[in-house]
Amino acid sequence: MARELWKGNEAIAEAAIRAGLQAYFGYPITPQTEVLEWMSRRMPELGRVFVQAESEVAAINMVYGAACTGARVMSTSSSPGISLMMEGISYIAGTEVPIVLINVMRGGPGLGNIAPSQGDYHQAVRGGGHGDYPRIVLAPSSVQEAIDLTVLSFDLAEKYRTIVMLIADGSIGQMMEPAEMPPMQPVYHRQWDWAVTGKMGRERRVLSSIYLDPYQEEQTNLRLMQRWKQIQANEVRYREYYLDDAEFVVIGFGTAGRVALSAVRAARQEGLKVGLLRPISVSPFPYAIVENLAQRVSGFLVVEMNTGQMLEDVQLANKGRVPLLFYGRPGGVVPFPDEILQEIHRLVKTPPSPDEDPRLAWLERMAQTSGGA
Amino acid sequence: MTTLVAPSNLVFTRPEGLTEFPTHYCPGCTHGIAHRLIAEVLEEMDVLDRAIGVAPVGCAVFAYNYFDCDFVEAAHGRAPAMATGIKRVLPDRVVFAYQGDGDLASIGMAEIVHAAARGENITVIFINNANYGMTGGQMAPTTLPGMKTTSSPNGRDVETQGYPIRMAEMLATLDGAGYVVRRSLHDPKNIRLAKKAIRLAFETQVRSLGFSMVELLSTCPTNWGLSPVEALRFVEEKMVPYFPLGDYRVSQAVAQIRV
Repeated sequence: MARELWKGNEAIAEAAIRAGLQAYFGYPITPQTEVLEWMSRRMPELGRVFVQAESEVAAINMVYGAACTGARVMSTSSSPGISLMMEGISYIAGTEVPIVLINVMRGGPGLGNIAPSQGDYHQAVRGGGHGDYPRIVLAPSSVQEAIDLTVLSFDLAEKYRTIVMLIADGSIGQMMEPAEMPPMQPVYHRQWDWAVTGKMGRERRVLSSIYLDPYQEEQTNLRLMQRWKQIQANEVRYREYYLDDAEFVVIGFGTAGRVALSAVRAARQEGLKVGLLRPISVSPFPYAIVENLAQRVSGFLVVEMNTGQMLEDVQLANKGRVPLLFYGRPGGVVPFPDEILQEIHRLVKTPPSPDEDPRLAWLERMAQTSGGA
Repeated sequence: MTTLVAPSNLVFTRPEGLTEFPTHYCPGCTHGIAHRLIAEVLEEMDVLDRAIGVAPVGCAVFAYNYFDCDFVEAAHGRAPAMATGIKRVLPDRVVFAYQGDGDLASIGMAEIVHAAARGENITVIFINNANYGMTGGQMAPTTLPGMKTTSSPNGRDVETQGYPIRMAEMLATLDGAGYVVRRSLHDPKNIRLAKKAIRLAFETQVRSLGFSMVELLSTCPTNWGLSPVEALRFVEEKMVPYFPLGDYRVSQAVAQIRV
């Protein structure tokens, strides 16, 4: 299929449709609204389900109901709306039904703004909803990758009966890039042996997240973790750039990783042996690859559009082995390649001592520059 | 089921739509009557095989144990949204939500209003017993003025705690609703009328005539601190005057249904 110019949000919507999406439930919120608008036009013309819900709370519970029937179903939102969905997300995790969610992240906390941000990393990968549940979180850095990961998300969700969340940021959602769409699939609705569809001659089924007996709930928690073990073993995804001979490695996901790539290329032109690791599955996080790198490189620079959330996962893998520098632009600010190149220079020329707290050191530097662009 | 009576002498039995699961409801509570009426209607309409129930949070959280059909268990107040999701992808199934007053009229107000406004082809059975039963009898949106509960120990003071909400009347203003009525479970005559209404609500759904809801005035002897008989009298004497029984919305198409 030919490459066409696609806006990120519309590309995500069309990719989901082509993956056999049966039902979409959503609510308007910037910078995600074009997904909803695209769905409102395309889904009915294909004879599929589109509902604009009264709130994100209702949208996620409509998704929950539809998912219980085994349908391919999704919702999309942006940061404050995802917070509202957290109740439903926890119930869905507890019921072990597959769903796909997309968070086109914006600046926060609170109402924040509508500029691109990565501030919801912790909410996405650590939980957000109550209780003990793992989930797959994927982070695209281009419109093409957003398309590909959207399609992949449905397969992963169904394979593991889990939630898959794509965390894109406002710039991925809003920008236009040439990209190729997958071929069109009809509605995909398998007759799963767990789905609630009306008993029709079989034993009746109940889907629920309630386990009143603590020992049963404990078994459920353990079952989820066993499944997570498989996910960790099979579903780690990342991209590496110039790592073969790299002495220093920049680590960033999504848009921050993409901007960092420009900085890494500029550093290479200066003759610096710098590479980039861009985690795509931020949950499960590629701990092993970071740990391997920590045994052969001289330092890491973590770049994020937040105050150092993925930084903590890198620290877990680095275990204090090599000097670690952090550079973040939170609140809806997107870093320029020049800023990251400057941080690469800092890492190469004056590597921080391994016992320095990278976040505190960054905070002090930010205070000196008063944060202006 | 253990056979205690010869089949030829059997005059009354458990409807097919109910399982043999032992009840957890308190003695004198009318949830059991409501369950039975729904089960009888589903059986009479021969739709148990394609029925999908949505249980609430509250005393009826375990409703899925009692009905012999597929069920899901919703988050507090979200049953109409979950039912919407199910019905939209499986439009030929019979989808019903069973909700209490805290669930439907308080935390789930947005979901019920918008399900009705969209004219979702779902049926909602709404149990109004004027308090939060499961958590031990706190004030609900339907608690009567002056009524004592564990969170209105001096009686509901309308100056600070507001007035009861009449859900059937409120939802009846919405054009998406095909059938919205209030009935009561306090005596045999009213129970028969309630069953007819439940039947008509499901008939509304299977004919795709829009949202249907039957509000059922119910007892909560345990939390009201009354005997089962006193509780039935309380419904008749105190609740019915505040929540009048009647048909609040019967669309022209629904009015023509004959069963």
